[in-house]
Amino acid sequence: MSVKLILRNKEYEVKPGMMLLDALKKINVVPESVIATREGEMILDDEILKDGDVVKLVAVISGG
Amino acid sequence: MKCKKCGVKASVHMRQHKLALCKEHYLEWIPEQTGRFIKKYEMFTHHEKVLVAVSGGKDSLGLWDILVQLGYQADGLYLGLGIDGRRSPSGEGINYSHESQRLAQKFADENNLKLHVVDIEKEYGQPIPVLADKSLRGYGKPCAVCGLAKRHEMNRVARDLGYDVLATGHNLDDEAAVLFGNTLNWSSEYLLRQGPVLPSSDGLARKVKPLCRFYEREMTAYCLLRGIEYIYEECPFAEGSQSIYYKELLNQLETTRPGAKLTFYLRFLEARKSGNLFIEQDIERAHLHACPRCGQPTSTDDFCSFCRMIEKVNAVSAS
Repeated sequence: MSVKLILRNKEYEVKPGMMLLDALKKINVVPESVIATREGEMILDDEILKDGDVVKLVAVISGG
Repeated sequence: MKCKKCGVKASVHMRQHKLALCKEHYLEWIPEQTGRFIKKYEMFTHHEKVLVAVSGGKDSLGLWDILVQLGYQADGLYLGLGIDGRRSPSGEGINYSHESQRLAQKFADENNLKLHVVDIEKEYGQPIPVLADKSLRGYGKPCAVCGLAKRHEMNRVARDLGYDVLATGHNLDDEAAVLFGNTLNWSSEYLLRQGPVLPSSDGLARKVKPLCRFYEREMTAYCLLRGIEYIYEECPFAEGSQSIYYKELLNQLETTRPGAKLTFYLRFLEARKSGNLFIEQDIERAHLHACPRCGQPTSTDDFCSFCRMIEKVNAVSAS
């Protein structure tokens, strides 16, 4: 029973039923610094994550 | 969350604008806004030739895509920096430059656009990391040499090939991070030069930043929704850089104070445009007068702010 979040090469797990925003806070990812996609579709902070969801987090910061 | 324009499920939420949009309306909104910024800051016209500095990243490819959609005469310029990303002489690299060039060329080919390619090693004998090593600039990191070479070559190509303007994909996060750094150091000379347009002068091409009011997140969303393939890997030398650190700090601020980055940048532009940045103001002491109630100086015509506040509290308490 879990939701998987993937950011670059790291994987995190959170409990289903959480809002995406809360899940990001739980894994210490600044919401402004990523875009979340599920099954190729972008999802927003208020999305409730369901059991078995795999959420790919796209890092938005670039530059040097 | 629903799209503000059509009510279907939104794909993007821009908290700083209190605006959520679906894919279709977002892909309309970004070019519309870009066109508005180009006109507002008088960047260029449809009669002028624009050279877009293309790195293969989301911002520059997104910018090129938008300018073409808006009907501007926009060609691309890719600079081959020769950055491989190898951690050690025997280690495996990530082919950073090759991959970014491939993606820039792919975008150009798919859209029938002209891409100029300049290979730094072919032009000057060495790739950027070696130029940095041999010139002993940058304290072990090639970023300073890379920036210098890019500015030099972008201007050279724009001038040699007769382009009216050079456009870069700097977004608001880039601008806010630079502004933050320059403010921390009170680098007045740099602060007075920063803006969406750097006018042409003495052999320097006009430089413009049409994406300067979009968050980095918005440009990522644009490329994802538009299906633009861009280089996702970070430049291997960018790891631990100051600008990325500043961006992370500003994003933390933005998370709790939506719009903080935008306000920081726009208020700066307003102050700069007004000509009041770093000019000591006459505090207008002559216009101060004594508050009729407490006698302390105030610039208002009537009671001072404190006395008005107390008066209001008393009025509310009495009612």
